[in-house]
Amino acid sequence: MRILIAGGRVIDPASGVDEVVDLLIEDGRIVRIGKDVRGARCEVRGAEPPEASKGKRSKAAKNAESAINVDRVMDAAGLVVCPGLIDMHVHLRQPGREDKETIATGTLAAARGGFTAVCCMPNTDPVNDTRSVTEFILDTAKREGAVHVYPVGAISKGLRGEELAEIGELFESGCVAVSDDGRPVMNAELMRRAMEYAGMFDLPVISHCEDLHLSGKGVVHEGIVSTELGLCGIPSTSEAAMVARDILLAELTDARLHIAHVSAAESVRLIREAKARGVRVSCEATPHHFALTEEAVRGFNTNAKMNPPLRSESDRQAILAGLCDGTIDVIATDHAPHTIQDKEQEFDVAPFGVIGSETALALTLSTLVASGALPLKQAIAKLTSEPARILKLPKGRIAEGADADLTIFDPDREWTVDAFGFASKSRNTPFHGWELKGGTVATIVAGKVVWEA
Amino acid sequence: MGLARKDLLRMQDLTADEIRLILDTAESMKQVAGRDIKKVPALRGKTLINLFYEASTRTRTSFEIAGKWLSADVINVSTSSSSVAKGESLKDTGLTLQAMHPDIVVLRHPASGAAEFLAKQLAASVINAGDGAHEHPSQALLDLFTIREKKGRLEGLKAAIVGDIAHSRVARSNIHGMRKVGMEVRVAGPRTMLPCFIDRLGVEVFTDLERAIADVDIIMMLRLQLERQQAGLFPSLREYSRLFGLTLPRLKGAKSDVLIMHPGPINRGVEIAPEVADGPYSLILNQVENGVAVRMALLYLLAGAPQAG
Amino acid sequence: MVRGFFYALNLMAAELNEKAQILDQAGIQRAVTRIAHEIVERNKGTNDLVLIGLRSRGVDLARRIAQELKIIDGADIPVGTLDVTLYRDDLGRVGLQPVVRKTDIPFPINERRVVLVDDVLYTGRTIRAALDSLIDLGRPRLIQLAVLVDRGHRELPIRADYVGKNVPTSRQEQVQVLLTEEDGVDGVLIVKG
Repeated sequence: MRILIAGGRVIDPASGVDEVVDLLIEDGRIVRIGKDVRGARCEVRGAEPPEASKGKRSKAAKNAESAINVDRVMDAAGLVVCPGLIDMHVHLRQPGREDKETIATGTLAAARGGFTAVCCMPNTDPVNDTRSVTEFILDTAKREGAVHVYPVGAISKGLRGEELAEIGELFESGCVAVSDDGRPVMNAELMRRAMEYAGMFDLPVISHCEDLHLSGKGVVHEGIVSTELGLCGIPSTSEAAMVARDILLAELTDARLHIAHVSAAESVRLIREAKARGVRVSCEATPHHFALTEEAVRGFNTNAKMNPPLRSESDRQAILAGLCDGTIDVIATDHAPHTIQDKEQEFDVAPFGVIGSETALALTLSTLVASGALPLKQAIAKLTSEPARILKLPKGRIAEGADADLTIFDPDREWTVDAFGFASKSRNTPFHGWELKGGTVATIVAGKVVWEA
Repeated sequence: MGLARKDLLRMQDLTADEIRLILDTAESMKQVAGRDIKKVPALRGKTLINLFYEASTRTRTSFEIAGKWLSADVINVSTSSSSVAKGESLKDTGLTLQAMHPDIVVLRHPASGAAEFLAKQLAASVINAGDGAHEHPSQALLDLFTIREKKGRLEGLKAAIVGDIAHSRVARSNIHGMRKVGMEVRVAGPRTMLPCFIDRLGVEVFTDLERAIADVDIIMMLRLQLERQQAGLFPSLREYSRLFGLTLPRLKGAKSDVLIMHPGPINRGVEIAPEVADGPYSLILNQVENGVAVRMALLYLLAGAPQAG
Repeated sequence: MVRGFFYALNLMAAELNEKAQILDQAGIQRAVTRIAHEIVERNKGTNDLVLIGLRSRGVDLARRIAQELKIIDGADIPVGTLDVTLYRDDLGRVGLQPVVRKTDIPFPINERRVVLVDDVLYTGRTIRAALDSLIDLGRPRLIQLAVLVDRGHRELPIRADYVGKNVPTSRQEQVQVLLTEEDGVDGVLIVKG
C-alpha cells in the first residue's frame, strides 16, 4: 500500500524539520520525504479518484496524482503532519472492566485523538504482573487494536506493594516500563529494590506519587474549594513528598524514574532541581492539569474528580511553566474510563478518573500553543519524540526508513466537544461542551489509515 | 413574597431577605405549638418524605412534627449505610421516590453534595437536612431565629463557633448565615480541625478558646465526634476538653449576658460542662423548640410555592 | 405618614379607573354604631362577648365596635386578631405566596360568644378559613359575623349576621375600604377594573 501525503506542514521535533514537504509511505514505512516526491514517472494505480482531506485539493495533490504510482494521495494542504502521537499513560480496562473500555474501543479513541501508540497501565483485573496477562493484552491489541499498544507491567505483585513482580518476565513478554499506577509504592525499601531490579533491564520506573496517609480519605485538592464544599482534601504535599522520596531513591539506585501525572507546584520545583543535579528523572502532565483547576469541582462535578486532583491556579501556572522550560517532558492523558453509572453517584463515592484521549491534542493546541505559552514544535515533541525517548521506542520521528506512524491534524478547525460522540465507551470528561481549536484529520499506523475525520 | 426556589440546599444560596422571610414566618408558626390543637391545614394533602441516611432523632423528629402540624402526610425512610453499600444507589432511590410523587423530600446523607445530587433528579422540593460536612441550612436558620428571639436583633452581634470546624456542616451553614445578616463570626478549635483558607469565608480564626470568646455575644459549641481521635486529629478527650471545653470559669472572659448554643447532641463534660449546658444563659433547649417552628416555615414556604414547569 | 402616602397612592390609582364613593366617614360611623346596637340586641347584652377581627381592617373595625359597646353597655369587650393564611384553600394556586402574620387572641374563646369582624364579605372563603381556625383554637358557644360591606357573589353558604351596607357589585369591580387607622381617611369606594 503506497500513500502519498502531499503538501502538509511536516513538523518533526526529533530532527528539527518544520516545512511543507511531501511524504511517501510504503509497506508501513516512510520511504521518501521531499519537496517533489513525484519526481519519478508513474501513473495512479486504481480507477477511483483519491479523496481530498479538505474540501478543495491543492496544487501539489493534483500534480502528484498525475505523476506517481500510488494507491492514495492524501491532500494535507493547510494541515500539520507530525510523527504519530504517543500516549504514555492510558487505562484500557481490559482485562476485567470491559464495561468501561476495551482494548478495541480504547485504541480507537486514541486513534480518534491522533495517537498511534499508547502505553496501558497494569491496574487491570487481573493485574498485569505476569507474562500471561501481558501476552493477552498484546494478542488482543494485535487482533482488535487500532494503534500500537505497549503494556506497562506491575512493580509489585497484584499492585499490593509488598513483593516485586516478575519484572524480568514482564520485560521479556514486551512490557516497556513498570509501574503500580493507580497506587503508589508506599514502602520505600520495595521501591528502592524495584528501581535496582528494573534497572537491570533498563526499564523506566513510572511512579504514581502519593502518600496514602496524607491523602487519607481525600477526594479533591485540599484548598478553598474543599473547605467550602465540606469535602475531604488531598494536600499537594501528598504528591510532593513522594516525588522527593522517589527522586532520592533514583539517585541512590541510578534508576530511570518517570513521574506520572504531575499536579503540584512543589513537585515541579523538586523535579526541576533534581534535573539540574543530573538525576535521571522525567515526568508528565495531563491536559486536565494544565487546563483546569479545583474550581471545576464546584457543583460536586464528578467528571472533575481524579487522582491526583485538580489543584489551585498557582499549581496550574507551575505546570505551564514546567512545560515551557522543559521540566515537564511529556504530555500524557491518564485516560481513565468509568461508566456513567459509576460517575453518577455522590461525590465521595464516585471513582477517580477522567478520559482524555480524544481531547488531548486539541487542548494542547488550544490552551498551550494558542496562548503562546508553548511553541507548536515543542508541544508536538512532548507528545512524540519525548515519550519515545523515555520509553526507548523507535517511534516518534519522521525519517526515511522510519515506521509510518503519522498524525495529520488541522490546527485551525474549531469544534465543540461532544462526549456522546466519543469513540471511547465512557463519557467521563470535564470538557464536554468546550469549544476547542485543532482537530485530528487522519491517524496512520504502520502505514494504514486507522482513523480519519 | 415566598422563596422563589424549588429546594433549600444551602445557606450559601440564600439572600439576607430570604433569611428574614423564613425567620418572620417561623415566628407565626411558633404559635401553633402553644395551641391546644397543634394543627393547621396549610399543607393538607401534601406528602413529605424524610429520607435519612444517618441516624438522627432530633432533626428527623423535628421535621416530622413540623410536617404533621401543618397537616402533611409524613413518611420516614431510614436507611443505614450498610443498605446503601449493599443495594440501591442514591440515584435509584431518588428515581424510586420520584415515582411516588412526594411534594417534599428531606434528605440527610453522609456525603457532601448529596442533597444537590438528589434535587437535580426530583421534581419534589428537596430540603438538605445535612450533607456530609457541607451544609445544614435548617440548623443555621433555627440558630439565627433563636438568637434573634433572645436579642431582638442580629446585625452587629459577635459569635464564636468552637470545635471541629473542618468536619462541621453546622459551622459552615452558620458562617454563611451569620455573615449574611451582618454578624461578626469567629471560629476556634485545634489547628488540626480548622480547614485551610477558612478565613476567606470572612471569619476570624483562633486556636485559643479564651481569646476567641472574649467579648462575644454568642458562643456556639460544636459536638466533638470521638472518631476524630482515631483519625489522629487530637490526642485525647482529656486534652481536648482541657483546652477547648467550655466551663464556667472560662465564661468569665465573655460578656456577662453571653448566650450559649449547641446543635446537639451534647457531650457533657467534653466540649461543654454540664453546668454551662444547663445554665441560665444556655439556649440549647430553645434551639430545639425553635427547630420545629423554623422547619414548619421552610415546609410552608417551599410547598406553598408554585412548582416550576 | 406612610399610611397617608399609601392613601394618596390609592387615590391616584383610583383616579385612573372610575370610582364611586358609597360610604363616607359619617356613613361608616353610623354603620359601626348600628352594628354595635344590633349585637347587643341579638345577644341580649354583652355577657361572654368577644370580638375577633380579620386582617388589618377587620381588626380596626372590631376595635371601633368595642368602643361603641363600651358606650352602650359600659362593658370592656376583648378584641383579638386572627390571621387565616394557614387555613386558606388557595395556597399553591396564588401567584405569590401570602405572608403569614400573627394571630393574637390573648383570651380563651371556649364557651364565648365570638363575633368575627371583617371589612368586606365577598366569596365567603376567608370566613370559612376563619371558622376552621377558630374551631382549632377552641370551642366558642356561638360565632356570629359582622361586616362593613357585603358585596355579594358568595361561593359558599356563608352569611353575615350584621351588615353595614349591602352593595351589589360586578366581579370586575373592587371594593376598597379605607380606614383612618390604616389609610388616614375613612371611606368605602367601588373601583372599576
